[in-house]
Amino acid sequence: MNKIVTANEAISHIKNGDVIAVGGFGLVGCPLLLVEALSEHPVKDLTIISNNLGEPGGKGLGKILKQHKISKAIGSYFTSNIDAVNFVKDGKLEVELVPQGTLGERLRSAGAGIGGFYTRTSAGTLLAENKESRMIDGKEYVLESPLHADVALIKAQKADKLGNLVFSKTARNFNPDMAMAAKITIVQVEEIVEVGNLDPEQIVTPHLFVNYIVERGNHD
Amino acid sequence: MKSLDSKEKIAQRAAKEIRSGTIVNLGIGIPTLVADFISRKKEVFLHTENGLLGVGPSPSEGGVDPEIINAGKLPVTAQKGASYFSSSDSFAMIRGGHVDTVILGALQISESGDLANWAVPGKNILGVGGAMDLVAGAKEVIITTQHCSREGEPKIVRSCTYPLTAKNIVSTIISEYAVFRFIDNKMVLMELAEGWTVDQLKKITPAEFAVSKSLSFF
Repeated sequence: MNKIVTANEAISHIKNGDVIAVGGFGLVGCPLLLVEALSEHPVKDLTIISNNLGEPGGKGLGKILKQHKISKAIGSYFTSNIDAVNFVKDGKLEVELVPQGTLGERLRSAGAGIGGFYTRTSAGTLLAENKESRMIDGKEYVLESPLHADVALIKAQKADKLGNLVFSKTARNFNPDMAMAAKITIVQVEEIVEVGNLDPEQIVTPHLFVNYIVERGNHD
Repeated sequence: MKSLDSKEKIAQRAAKEIRSGTIVNLGIGIPTLVADFISRKKEVFLHTENGLLGVGPSPSEGGVDPEIINAGKLPVTAQKGASYFSSSDSFAMIRGGHVDTVILGALQISESGDLANWAVPGKNILGVGGAMDLVAGAKEVIITTQHCSREGEPKIVRSCTYPLTAKNIVSTIISEYAVFRFIDNKMVLMELAEGWTVDQLKKITPAEFAVSKSLSFF
């Protein structure tokens, strides 16, 4: 099966109302080419799962936000983009705030078939309101649910033609977790290599998590 | 040598808390300054929650690698022996108790060791980051903070009025005027800034605290 496509072909799988997980910590590790293709794709009412929502001035996901394509954002830190703050103020964006570690683990759980997990994180705080909690070994733990996505847009450094992935430095962040959590995972890479050229010991995301590969080099 | 401002003084004192051979996560603000004061004689491994263990110093202007950042999204370097990992692995390290010491800033700390450092009442709450995970998992939580807010409001209080980050998790508070430790759920004054008295400190510290028998000055 050929997984190598153009950015526009890959993004054409996204439909109105989809839940889209987008990798990155700020703009580092964010698949900007795929986000750009999403900005040209006529969809609306998206739920975005991402640590942040782009940066001021319409950078990264900030561009999609300003196009009014996003109705809900799930992530840990949205204050870094003043546009997101203003959209919330104006009632144009719903936000589900999730502690950063809980965000990663909810994605991982979705990918791993875990039905939920208990964590000490957020116990006794506003973010635990209306959530089930229980005492374990004398400490309060909060029940968190898995976080599934329809499509994940992720960035890696290299893929082989099967879709095995290696990442680059702190650009890895949420990308491997999101690759696991989505029905369709689309990866943007710097380079596609022949099968066998990646050391099996170095592969972080095995190919069964990856559906489509877009090489950035073809789009520069 | 230029004299230290109050933030640097706090960071310098906090650096003394860090033991050799430990894993340390530094938050944004004053905690970030702590790195510069850690003695070179100590072997310390800095963890940043966006996926790096072994954070090195800030790069020189020409040496910036755009794909190596810390949790404050600032460029950093990776030391020899560093490793990169995913967000879920990074927070497994944190939640799983594998990080020894977390140093964070605060909006308020209560006398029972509650911490509020992510949200201000009456404003939209749009950012929490990793603070709740960090304090839930670390073996030791050190708070570095200026004693009062910019508006002059005391930050070390009887009970927090700001939304909590976590309950009863603070181990140590370091301000420009005092070092407190939580011992058997009681807040104890361990050190006082040179030239200060306990009575003066009480005037800007609504929290009730005991005074250590071995009170010293810094």
